[in-house]
Amino acid sequence: MSEVKAENHEILEKVDPAPWREVPLVLNNRSFKWVTDKICGIVESKTPTWWWWCFITALCVASFTGMGLVYLVSTGVGVWGNNNPVNWGWAIVNFVFWIGIGHAGTLISAVLCLLKQKWRTSINRASEAMTVFAVLCAGIFPLFHVGRVWFAWWLFPLPNSNAIWPQFRSPLEWDVFAVSTYATVSVLFWYMGMIPDLAVLRDRAKETWRKYFYGFFAMGWRNANNHWRNFEMAYLLLAGLSTPLVLSVHTIVSFDFAVANLPGWHTTIFPPYFVAGAIFSGFGMVLTLLLPVRAVYGLHDLITQKHITNMCMITLATGSLVGYAYAMEFFIAWYGANSYEGFAFINRAFGNYWWSYWIMISCNVICPQLFWFKKIRQNIPLVWIISIFVNVGMWFERFVIANTTLSRDFLPSSWGYYSPTVVDIFTFFGTFGFFSVLFLLFLRFLPLMPMCEVKSVMPQADPHSDH
Amino acid sequence: MIMSDIMDIKYAASATFSSAKGLYDAAGKVKQEGYTNWECFSPIPVHGLDAQMGYARSKVPRFTLTGGITGFFTGMLIVWFMNEYDYPLIVGGKPYFSPIYPFPVFYELTILFAAFGTLFGMFFLNRLPRHNHPVFEHPDFGLTGDDKFMIVIEVDDPKFDDEETVEFLKRVGGESVQLIREPID
Repeated sequence: MSEVKAENHEILEKVDPAPWREVPLVLNNRSFKWVTDKICGIVESKTPTWWWWCFITALCVASFTGMGLVYLVSTGVGVWGNNNPVNWGWAIVNFVFWIGIGHAGTLISAVLCLLKQKWRTSINRASEAMTVFAVLCAGIFPLFHVGRVWFAWWLFPLPNSNAIWPQFRSPLEWDVFAVSTYATVSVLFWYMGMIPDLAVLRDRAKETWRKYFYGFFAMGWRNANNHWRNFEMAYLLLAGLSTPLVLSVHTIVSFDFAVANLPGWHTTIFPPYFVAGAIFSGFGMVLTLLLPVRAVYGLHDLITQKHITNMCMITLATGSLVGYAYAMEFFIAWYGANSYEGFAFINRAFGNYWWSYWIMISCNVICPQLFWFKKIRQNIPLVWIISIFVNVGMWFERFVIANTTLSRDFLPSSWGYYSPTVVDIFTFFGTFGFFSVLFLLFLRFLPLMPMCEVKSVMPQADPHSDH
Repeated sequence: MIMSDIMDIKYAASATFSSAKGLYDAAGKVKQEGYTNWECFSPIPVHGLDAQMGYARSKVPRFTLTGGITGFFTGMLIVWFMNEYDYPLIVGGKPYFSPIYPFPVFYELTILFAAFGTLFGMFFLNRLPRHNHPVFEHPDFGLTGDDKFMIVIEVDDPKFDDEETVEFLKRVGGESVQLIREPID
C-alpha cells in the first residue's frame, strides 16, 4: 500500500478529493465550556417545578409496586393469577421485559464503543442509567416469584441449614449468575465512566454537601494524562467485557424457555431472537426517555437529528430481525412436522390469545417499518409515539411466548385461560414509577451526558488542528 | 513569585494552554528538554499524547486478565465443590461434574471478576482514591476539567530550576505560568 502511494505521490497531490461532508456530532460550533456549563448546569441549577411534579407522580405510581408486594407477601402467593400449568404468568413476562430494556444501554455504551460509533457519546450515560434501573425493576419479579421471598438467598451458592447447594444444571440458576453479573458490571461501567465528570462537578461545587458528595465519588480524579491513559484502557476493556456479557445475558434468559421441553419454547432460534428483541425494546425505551429529556433541557445541539435517525434505524433493523424470527418460528414449526410444535404456533396466532399475538405483530413488525421514511424519522412526536408502541409490543411478545404455550400444555384437561389479578397489574404498573423515580434522581444529581466523551468527539479535541 | 516560604512548600511550576494542540506541541518540547517528573492535565484524553509524553501502554489489561482467570476457576471450583464434592447431586443420572453444563456460571464469573479487576486495576495504577493532592492548590485547577489544558513540572524533577523552568514554560506557549505551592499546617 505504501509503495503505491509513493509511486503516485505526484498524482495524489494534484487530485482534489470532494470534501466529505460529515454532519457534526455537536451542532452550532459549541465550545468545551458550553458543554460543561450545559451539563453541569442541569445538576447545579435550582430544582425545576416540573421535576417535583414528575417525582411525586412517579413516587405515587411506585407505591403500587410497594402495595402489591406487601399484599403478596402478607397474604400468600395465591394473590397472583399464576396457576398450574401457567406457573409463570406475568412474573416472567415482566422480568424479561425489563431485562430486555436494559440491553440497549449496554449496546450503546459497549458495542457501539468497540465499533467506534462516535455518535454514542451523548446518549450513552443516560442509556446506561436506564440499564441499571431496568435491571433493578426486572429483579423484583423473580425475587418475589420464588414464593417465600425470605428464602430467595437460597438461589445463591451460600450454605443453608439443609446443607444443600444450588443445582447448577438449571437455567434458572444460570439466570441468577447472568443477571447479578449483568447488574454489577453495568453499575461498574456506568460508575467508572462517570468519574471524570464527577470530578468536574466536584471542582465546580459551591455547597459543602456537593463538595463531599461529588468529591467522595470522584475518588480524587485529577484529569492527569496518566489517569486518562489507564482510564481509557479500562473503559475499552470494560466495553470489551460488556459486549459478550450483554449477549450472554439475554441468551441465558432465553434458556429459561429454550431448555424446557415445551412446544413453542424448545428452539435453537431463541438466543439470537431474544437478543435482537432486547436491543429492539431497549432502543424503544431510550427514545421514549431521551426525546422528552432533550426537549425539556434543550439538548438539541448534543442529541441531534443524526442521533435520532441512527436510533430509529437500529430500531428498524432489530425490529425487522425480530419479524424475521417470528416468521422463521412458524416456518420451522411447519417444516419440522412436529404436531405439538405446529399446534403451539397455530394456537399463538389464532387460539384464545390471538389478540396478544396480533398486538405483538403490529407493534413489533409493522410499526417500526415506518422508520424507512425520512419524514417520519424527523417527526419527533411521531418517533416518540412509535417508540411507545415498540415497548408495548415487546411486552406482549414475552406474554405470547410464556402464556400461549403454558396455557395449552400436553394434557387438555388442564387447559385454561390465564388472566392476571389486580395485584399482578398493580405490581407491574408500579415498576414504571420505581423506574421513573430512579431516572429522575439520576437527571437531578448526576451528569446525564459524559462531558469528557462528548468533548472528545468535537473538533477542538484534535491535537493536530487549530480550533 | 514573592510568597512566604514558611507556611508552604513549592510543589511545581505550571502552565496553562487553551487548546489541545497547544498542550500537545508543548508536551513534545517538555519531553525533548529532558524533564522526567511532569504531567499533563486535560478535560479530555488527548489523542496521541501518551506517545508524545513517552508513556508506555497502560498496564490495566494485566489486572483484567488476572481477574478473568480467577473468575473462571472460581466458577469451576464452586460447581465442582458443591455438586460433586460436598454434596453430590444426582440429576438425571448424569455426571456430578462436567465443565460443560454449568458453562454459563464460569462465563459470567469470568466477566464479573475481570470487570472488578479492570476497575480496581485502574484505581490502583492511578493511585486512587486520593482526595488530596498538591495540584489541587492551583487556583485554576478546576478548569482543567472544563476547557483548559495544563502542564505541571514538579520541583522534584532533576532539571527543575525556579526561573529557568518558568521561562521555559512561557517559551513553549504556556499562557498563565505560575508556581504551585502546597500549604502545610
